[in-house]
Amino acid sequence: MHFHTYQNNYQNMKKTVLHEKHLALNARMSPFGGFEMPIQYEGIIKEHNAARNAAAIFDTCHMGEFLIQGAGAVEDLERIVSCSIKDIKIGGCRYGFICNEQGGVIDDQILYRLKENEFFMVVNSATEAGDFKWIREHLSNASSIENLTEQTGKADLQGPAAPKIFSKLMSEPVDEMKFYTFKYNYYRGEKVLTSRTGYTGEIGFEIYCSNDLIKKFWDDCIELGATPAGLGARDTLRLEMGFPLYGHELNQDTNAAESGFTRAIASKNFIGSSAVLDSSKRSRVLTGIVIEGRRAARAGDLVLDSDGNETGYVTSGSFSPTLGIAIAMAYVKPADVGTAVKIKTERGELAAKISEVPFYKGGTVRSDIRKFL
Amino acid sequence: MTPADRKYSRTHEWVKIEGDIAVTGITDHAQDALGDITFVELPKKGSQVSKEKECGVIESVKAASDLYSPISGAISEVNEDLETAPEVINSDPYEKGWIFKISNFNKSELDSLMDAAAYEKFLETEE
Repeated sequence: MHFHTYQNNYQNMKKTVLHEKHLALNARMSPFGGFEMPIQYEGIIKEHNAARNAAAIFDTCHMGEFLIQGAGAVEDLERIVSCSIKDIKIGGCRYGFICNEQGGVIDDQILYRLKENEFFMVVNSATEAGDFKWIREHLSNASSIENLTEQTGKADLQGPAAPKIFSKLMSEPVDEMKFYTFKYNYYRGEKVLTSRTGYTGEIGFEIYCSNDLIKKFWDDCIELGATPAGLGARDTLRLEMGFPLYGHELNQDTNAAESGFTRAIASKNFIGSSAVLDSSKRSRVLTGIVIEGRRAARAGDLVLDSDGNETGYVTSGSFSPTLGIAIAMAYVKPADVGTAVKIKTERGELAAKISEVPFYKGGTVRSDIRKFL
Repeated sequence: MTPADRKYSRTHEWVKIEGDIAVTGITDHAQDALGDITFVELPKKGSQVSKEKECGVIESVKAASDLYSPISGAISEVNEDLETAPEVINSDPYEKGWIFKISNFNKSELDSLMDAAAYEKFLETEE
């Protein structure tokens, strides 16, 4: 066997405030989005299953956070982000794309409407600096953007056991929290921003607080039974849900509409909208693929139709721990669910079929939180 | 502890002689480095394998790695449990996680394989 050897002294990689905790747990570290991040602790499948069946905690401090506010905030964000802004409720979260003029995706992000004219935006780590610059350049004089990334700690607590753990730690009740909403709460006497959001398909929370406090949150959650989970499990969990990962399913060359996430795209004027809203520009669509067997397809593998003609390419692929088969996402020429395809991997062709997403349909993410308290 | 009853290759396979059959698998170090194993491509029964030549594939969640035969000979048996439960290689790499068996193996090739102590030393130098 030859295998990849992990290290934990990567040059020029940033470290999150939880870095020492990962090393203490013997995590396998790898560069991601400019940070040295934990890929796994005890094992990807164990961590994945903890999120599906119990509770898992993820270090997401590497992600970016901005504050956008001012009298012009709504109008400016309507122009910069693909989703509808004005009807986001105060206390509500909304997913949308930041597009370039050609309709390509600069980043995907989630907006939290804190006040009428005050928005908290969460973005990916690799694109944070570029996002900040782009937004700042496109704001009018009636709004401003502040980069809160450096001073904001973040973690994701996910799984059916997460609500009990979370409610033990938060001072105020969480039983009224609805899916895709946020509230301020108090943890160890400090005000924290918490949301019922996540990237796993299970019920859970994202918490935003000071760097000092996120370390305590990490320890407290583990003490209450949460399993530390790394980027390896984060990837298998989101893939089972058909969620896109920026850099794989989304990049500046993929038209936002090809992603299929039409709820994130409003019929309005925004940067890139002429390309995004023009359906004639769509020759391919992001699709789920299930593979016969356990052998995985990987990003870049070609997808062939049953005649052997190239019909697209894989954006992400992996063995699915919950389903026990390999699954993939790919940009392909539109085809019906059930259509047979082949995937050309480095080691031969895999028989596969076009599938619906999510691949995994048993997730607790939208459940009534009271069932889990 | 590295079992003393077998020999080891520089590519982290082990071989245990049981009469005129050589049983092979991968070491604990290898299974740990690979992470959760999700698929094993086994060589075909009856096929010839050569020492240090690729004869199969082991996939883990994140990657695929070539499996090399530590010794030359003919594949007499493969561990069919690995088709549905490849994770047994992770949990029991030296016993239940055996991968394939070889008959008519080349005995002289055993001499160039490492014993347990030498393999452990080899691991130290690798890091």
